[in-house]
Parts: sequence; structure tokens; C-alpha cells
Amino acid sequence: MDFALTDEQRMLEETLTRLVADRVSPEQRRARLQAPSPGASSLWQTFAELGLLHMPFSEEAGGLGGDGTDLMIILQALGRGLVPEPYLFGLVLPGTLLALTGDDAQRARWLAPLLEGEHQLALGWQEIAARYDAQAITTQARQKEGQWHLSGRKDLVVNLGAAAATLVTAKLESGKLGLFVVPAGTHGARSFTYQTMDEQPAGDLTLEDVLLAQEHCLSEDVESALDEALAIGRAALCAQAIGAMESACDQTLAYLKERKQFGVPLATFQALQHRMVDMHLHLEQSRSMAILAATSLTLANDERDYRVAAAKAYCGESARFIAEQAIQLHGAMGMTDECHVAAYARHLIMFDHYLGDSDYHLEHVSDRLSAA
Amino acid sequence: MNLTFSPEEQAFRAEVRQFLTDTLPDDIRERVRLGRHLRADDHLRWQTLLSEQGWLGANWPVEHGGPGWGPVQRHIFDEECAAAHAPTVVPFGVNMVAPVIMKFGTPEQQAYYLPRILDNRDWWCQGYSEPGAGSDLASLTTRAVRDGDHYVVNGQKTWTTLGQHANMLFCLVRTDPAAKKQAGISFLLIDMQTPGITVRPIITFDGAHEVNEVFLDNVRVPVENRVGEEGQGWTCAKFLLTHERTGIAGLGHAKQALRHLKSLAGRVEHRGKPLLELPSFRQRVVKAELELMALEVTNLRVIAAARDGGAPGAESSLLKVRGSELRQELSELTRRALGPAAVAFFPDFLYRDEPLDAAYAERAAASAQYFNRRKLSIYGGANEIQKGIVAKTILGM
Repeated sequence: MDFALTDEQRMLEETLTRLVADRVSPEQRRARLQAPSPGASSLWQTFAELGLLHMPFSEEAGGLGGDGTDLMIILQALGRGLVPEPYLFGLVLPGTLLALTGDDAQRARWLAPLLEGEHQLALGWQEIAARYDAQAITTQARQKEGQWHLSGRKDLVVNLGAAAATLVTAKLESGKLGLFVVPAGTHGARSFTYQTMDEQPAGDLTLEDVLLAQEHCLSEDVESALDEALAIGRAALCAQAIGAMESACDQTLAYLKERKQFGVPLATFQALQHRMVDMHLHLEQSRSMAILAATSLTLANDERDYRVAAAKAYCGESARFIAEQAIQLHGAMGMTDECHVAAYARHLIMFDHYLGDSDYHLEHVSDRLSAA
Repeated sequence: MNLTFSPEEQAFRAEVRQFLTDTLPDDIRERVRLGRHLRADDHLRWQTLLSEQGWLGANWPVEHGGPGWGPVQRHIFDEECAAAHAPTVVPFGVNMVAPVIMKFGTPEQQAYYLPRILDNRDWWCQGYSEPGAGSDLASLTTRAVRDGDHYVVNGQKTWTTLGQHANMLFCLVRTDPAAKKQAGISFLLIDMQTPGITVRPIITFDGAHEVNEVFLDNVRVPVENRVGEEGQGWTCAKFLLTHERTGIAGLGHAKQALRHLKSLAGRVEHRGKPLLELPSFRQRVVKAELELMALEVTNLRVIAAARDGGAPGAESSLLKVRGSELRQELSELTRRALGPAAVAFFPDFLYRDEPLDAAYAERAAASAQYFNRRKLSIYGGANEIQKGIVAKTILGM
């Protein structure tokens, strides 16, 4: 049992904390979000130089072999600064699936440039009618005369507009789930892009009889790899939420100490102190769950998925609690677009809607509740 | 980072489990399992067995006769004891006054009292709270006036747990009414046989006699029974309240309560199906399971920090708040699981030695324990006090 970071991990944490503080101030972040082209930013290039784009992938796949803890450190730091770069959705999720399913040529074509920072990708696994169920989708892939024909629609694809290609799941004739690479601009693939409530670029990808050559098929049975990638993504997302919760708590505490009413700082009122302590309790308990998830990624699939679902459900509810308290304790100021904590509240509330919400994950835990 | 116990720690767990299987008397195990009060002799029998094994002073250093365990071993020991339905060691001697005597006592006090605690010759109780001094403990008014080689003590203590069995009392008294309130307090060790001490039971709303009032009327206490300097009593009290509180979440008890709840709700039927399949009930069990998972990791984080040399301070407040809330929720769910059967009450079985038909015995304690567990968020510094500590020491408010 050990919760300490290794020397390398401490260095990684310090480097990232400094980088986020230097490069993602509230003003810099705002300017970045308003920039016309989302694509690879100079910060993304810095990520590449620091090896962050190689970190979460196995050495066999050309990465640095970072583990769940490394991923947690990175995402937590990014969450603290609400860094807009699509590290999770543009790199970790599609990259993990490529590493798990791609052959040498496919990895060379799509994974290697991803790790070098030459392009970003996206993952289309969701369809609105299926809610958070990765299996119950209707997009179809049929093989005819050596080519794949894809039809359907993938919704809420984060980073769709900036992605050189989107990995897309589709039902095969076998009933199994296949995984395909759909390069941007492929004939018959239409993007409708928009911003998410928490300021991420996203979009829906409509596929109208899209023709793909055989080399665009990554897997004809991707269920297990997708489960693994989603588990990694969920653990990472929890870590990111922890970072955002930390910052929301810090900002709220600072505000309570600085803001005066009735001639005294708000921090002197016991009703507000206890609310602040409750936020802190939620944060620490959620941090424990994020650690549980991060250290579970190498366990057997059932145990891994159970713990990750528990963590995602728990963090989802805590994130909402902390966001709502942060707004309430900031008073009307907290509802203004100008107030930095408002952006964190948007992120913490929408967090629950990515990769399965609390209800979805509570159901997973409930279905597998052990008898003893 | 990893959350797994080392092979040595796992071997230690197996050793503890084997000891409990071999040594814990069946009748005591059964009393604890059914939630019945233990008789004084039950406590003493179990604590003597622990003492013979060298495990009674679980948090004592080797030099004083403890096993020299670290916080990880103590955690494992507590968990296994709760899982095996072993009685909780009466904490007032071993875990409360002993560390104070070790830290602040004279060599003579250590040589006299510590062995008597370790072989169960003395049964200690606590004289802290007063009718007018609860959360504001430092406002206590029990007065000790110096008279030659003695203090003459007058006042009233309350919520004295198991004081009816005790022969020794450690007591906070005011020796200097002129000093600032914390500075005028001293820490005395008082023989309960001394003339002028009266113990009166307080019956709590679960029908139980667990706590007492202790009246002190011109009680003469030798000056040599003072621990630390005169006026240093608050330092001793604070030390006691923050010492080694890594077990304060009651994790082992919470785990055991959740196991019991799942087993019960799996057997009790609702419309021909196990109650555990009723969605509204199951949802609360699932939430409790999640809370327990989080609490366990938080507890392990605090234990690991203590093991690596950090002193658990305000973090124990977090453990206390969340641990007590969880255990109260579990007692609520266990009571609800029994449905109408939770209404019947058998105090003679629970608190005295009356027998009861097995079917009733299995469910007799649920409601009583629900009421009893309200104490968890009140004693040892009410949860609101704990939140005040967090606000002040961690958040700097």
C-alpha cells in the first residue's frame, strides 16, 4: 500500500503545474477558446516536446508506458487549469484504441503521427438514442466487394472538427462491434460541429454509405478493447474532475476570505464554513475514488470495470455538489460569465455527461453488487 | 501508487484471523454478533486473552509491553476483530489514559499504572464532559483545591461510559479559576473507591445503561495522582483527542455492518423477492457501498501518511464525520430491512441475561442499535465541532 509518487511522477506533476500556471491563465484560456482554428496549439507542441503525448501508451505501441497514476497526474493538472487542449478525447481515447487494435501499418499511419503531435484524432462511440451504451448502437458496417460500407450517425464526438480522422464504432453483420478509421473529408461523411456547454469543440458525424478500404477497419470485434479504452478514459476523466474540483474549492475559499459583508469576511460565518468543509469532504472522498480507479486499470476486467464505474458515479455526484456550492458561495458573481469559477462549474456539471453519468454507472455497480 | 497490502501484511492478517478463530470464546462472539451488551466479565475475559497474546496494547510501543505495531497492522487488527465479532477493547485505559501517562506521566506513574492497564487490573473511565461543558469542554467547572498533599475535588462529570464497572477515573478539573479557561485545567487520576464519589446510571433512548453521571463531593486525591504540571491538563486532553486516531472512521465496523445488511436484505422478502431487489432500497445500499469504498481509500491514505511519519491531525476529523454518517446510514438501512419486525423490543435480552427465542434474537438489536448509533456523530467531538476543526486547521477560515 503506497500513495506516494515516484521521483519521476513528482517531477511530472511539478512540470505540469508550472506549465498550466504559466500558459493557461484565465485570460490566456479565454483567448485560446476564442481563437478561430482549434487545431494543434503551441501548448500542444509543448506537450509533444515534454513527452506527454507518448506518456499514456505502451512502449510496444511507441509510447512511454505510463500507468494509471501517470495519467491521473496529467489529467488532474489539466483539470486544475481547465486546459482546453483535447488531451483525453483527441489523444488518449483514440490512441488507446489504435494501440489495442491497429496492425503495424495502421499504427504507422494513424498512431505514430498522433504521438508526435502531427495530428489529432477523435472517437465516435456514442449515439444519442443509445445514451451511454456503447453496444446498443445502430450505425452499420457491411462488407461488399472488398470494401466496407458505413451508414449511421455518431453523436457528441469531442474534437471532431480538429481531428485528422475519427475512429467510429459500427455494428457488423456478425452482430459484433467493429471499429473503423474515417478520415476527415471522406466522401459521404458529414460533420455538424458545435461547442459543448463546457467549451469543448464537438460535433455529430453523419455517415451516408461511406466507402472505406479494408485497411480502414481496425477491428471486427472491438468490444473488449473499447471497454478497456473507456475504463482508462473514465479514470482519466475522474482525475480531470478532481483537478477542477480542487480549483473550484480553492477559488471559493479565497473568495470567502476576501469578500466582506456585514463588515466581516464571509469566512467568519459558521454556516459558510461548514458548507466549505462539506465541499472539502466531497473533494477528498472523490480523490480517493479517483485513486481507486487509476490503480484499478491493470486488474481483471470485471474488477476494473466495477471500481471505475463506482468512481465515475461517485465523482459525478461530488462534482455537481461542489459546482453548486461554489456558485452559491460566490453569490450572484458566481453566475457571471466573467467569474472564473463559473467555467469550472460548467465543466463539473457537464463532467457527468461524458463517458456515462452517475445513473449509468450506479446501475453497473448495482447489477454486480456482491452478496457479502 | 498501489492499494494492495504487502505479503507481510497479508500474513499478519491471516495470523490475526487464525488467532480470533482459535481464541475468541463462542459465547462472546455470539453476544457481539447479536448486538447484546457484554457483561463486565465478558470484557475482562476477552481482554485477558488479548493480554496473554501480547495484543491488548495494540497501539503501545514495545518498551511498555505493546506489540510495536504500526498504523497498518492496527488497521488490519481492527478490521479482523470487527469481522470476527470480537468485542471492541474498552478504550479508556489502553487507548486513552495510557498514551497520556506515557507522554506526560512520571516514571513512577508509568511503572505503576501501565502494567495494571495491560493485565486488566484497572478498569478506567473518563471524566471529561460536564452538564455545562459539552462541546465547549474547556468551560468545565469541576473544581480541585489544593489542601496539603491532596486536591479536594468537587463537581459533576457526565456521559461516563461504562463507569459502572470502573475502579479508576481520569478526570479534567479546574485547579486555577483565575487563569484563562484552558490554562486553569489539570489532569487527575482518581480511585473510584475514594469517599465522596457517586455513580448514577443514565438510561439512553435505546433503553441501555452505557453511560453514567459521576458526582464528586469533597473527594481527596493525592497530588501525586496529577499527570503533567498543574494547569497542563488541557494539553493532555488535546493530545488524547488527536492521538493515533487513524481508526476513528470505524471502517471495520462499517464493513461488517454492510455485510450484515446485504445478507439480511438478501433474505428478507418483499413481494416474494429479496428486499435487496427493491430498486429504492437497493439504490441506498449501492450508495452506502460507494461511500464505504471511498472511506476505505481515504482511511488508507491517512494510515499510509501516519506510517510514513506524518501525524494525522485534522484528517481524522474527516474520517470521523464521514465514518459516523456512513455507520448511521447503515444502521438506518438495517432497521428498515426488518420492516414491521423492527418494532418489537427485547431489552431484557439485549441488556440483561434473559434468553430469547432464536428467531427473535437474530433481529432484536437492529432498532436499538439504530438509536444507539446516533452517538457516533455526537461523541468524541460532535461532527459540527469536527467541521469547525477542519475549517480552522485545514482551510484556515
